[in-house]
Amino acid sequence: MNYWPLAGIAIVVAGFALRFNPLLVVVVSALATGLLAGLDFVAVVEALGKAFNDNRYISVTWIILPVIGLLERYGLQQRARGLIENMRGATMGKLLVVYLGFRQITAAIGMKDIGGHPQAVRPLVAPMAEAAAEKSHGDLPDEEREKVKAMSAATDNVGLFFGEDIFFAIASILLIQGVFESAGYPLTPLQLSVWAIPTAICAFLIHGGRLLAMDRRLGKLPAVETEAGR
Amino acid sequence: MITYEWLFILAGAFFAIWALLSLRDRKWGNAAFWGLLAASFFFGSHLSDFANGVLVLAMVGIAGVGGLKRSDPPTTTLEERLNFSALLGNKLFVPALIVPITAVAGTLLYNYTPFGETGLFEERRETLILFGIGVLFALAAAMVWLRPPVLAPAEEGRRLLDSIGWAAILPQMLAALGAVFALAGVGDIIGAMAGAVIPEGSILLTVIVFALGMALFTMIMGNAFAAFPVMAAAIGIPLLVEDYGGNPAVIGAVGMLAGFCGTLMTPMAANFNIVPAALLELKDQNGVIKQQIGTAIPLWVCNVVIIYVGAFLLWT
Repeated sequence: MNYWPLAGIAIVVAGFALRFNPLLVVVVSALATGLLAGLDFVAVVEALGKAFNDNRYISVTWIILPVIGLLERYGLQQRARGLIENMRGATMGKLLVVYLGFRQITAAIGMKDIGGHPQAVRPLVAPMAEAAAEKSHGDLPDEEREKVKAMSAATDNVGLFFGEDIFFAIASILLIQGVFESAGYPLTPLQLSVWAIPTAICAFLIHGGRLLAMDRRLGKLPAVETEAGR
Repeated sequence: MITYEWLFILAGAFFAIWALLSLRDRKWGNAAFWGLLAASFFFGSHLSDFANGVLVLAMVGIAGVGGLKRSDPPTTTLEERLNFSALLGNKLFVPALIVPITAVAGTLLYNYTPFGETGLFEERRETLILFGIGVLFALAAAMVWLRPPVLAPAEEGRRLLDSIGWAAILPQMLAALGAVFALAGVGDIIGAMAGAVIPEGSILLTVIVFALGMALFTMIMGNAFAAFPVMAAAIGIPLLVEDYGGNPAVIGAVGMLAGFCGTLMTPMAANFNIVPAALLELKDQNGVIKQQIGTAIPLWVCNVVIIYVGAFLLWT
């Protein structure tokens, strides 16, 4: 057996690790794989062109951008912030659990750019979580303050990752569809996206449970503690 | 019958407008890149495979030399946005909801009522076509309601598109890479190697290797999208689907999510893990990852169980 085509995988791994432009890495890998499998250069370019053309539907999803951009022009982000700010007064754990659910649900209906680290976590979610933790607990040791901030960012990621695939018209779902279709297994986007729901529920339960456990742990922590004993 | 070809012409029109606006903005690289993508949508079905391949190489060349720039089209100020958001309230979410509602309700109606017998849509393509129709409805509704300048949706869309940049076509490129891998027999080679290592007939063990491969490759590459074509070609399709007869939808969808668990645990996924640590001025640049591990590992186990149960036990 000719093992050389595997070099294509090594090129992807090395190229991503060395931070070359990912598009460039992918094309070089595709060309190398084809050539090492014994195809001539023209045939490899043809194969790449055909495959790119067959998978055009994946990039159709960007036509939603004018809708989202237009709504942002009229304050969509600010409205989302208003909704989150209404949570003032909750404990840190409850605040982040609600944000987790909010992020999962909005991502699941295609609004994955509501939230995000620069737009929501730094200006809003992290400061609110910190304030809530201080209110219920008193002054926090630095180490705990760091953990609360890091957990706010983590909550945004978990909510996005395990919400967005429920939306069928998203790149990852269509990428799965494309790969399976190329291999002779035609699937529909909805067939795939419903299978993101069980994992989304697990993610909410696991991460939500950890957030509430963090609340309890902070509650048990003496108010003015040094890091010495920890 | 409405086919994908209609959708491609619609998308081609959007990208052509973005290319023209980039041209007006003197962003030549952006104009060329989005113009080539528009050409791919408009003419791809009529060009030869080789011409399509050259088009891909040209786009990658533009991106590779850093030809794509962010753009800053005129928009509203923060103060204006705050005023609008107070004035318009939660109704702002409604136009965005039109899109998924049109697509999901339309798909259900099409599949479970006599509406489907009209044969209006290309087979198995109805959801994405309805998504396109939903976008047009939502745009029309937002334009009538908000009455922005005529070019506003195009310019606001360009602002978002240019913030995504070349990454907008990365998933399509990765799917193409998957197809080239399949053609070159990469899946067969790894499938044979994995088959030699995994004890014959152990479905659960194969599911674990597949999910572990997704997570580990994602951690190395920092990107589950890049790991997916590799692991699908290596284990997902040849072993789980073909040899063991598993449900391809579950294997694909949940396999990707097992990869996302890897994304939570790697500094290579800088946008999600390292950038926020910097934004929040954490002392430990891996602080966010440390908080995520406790969720990622049990969730990965859940994904293994979901694949095993959903793709095999419930699928006969």
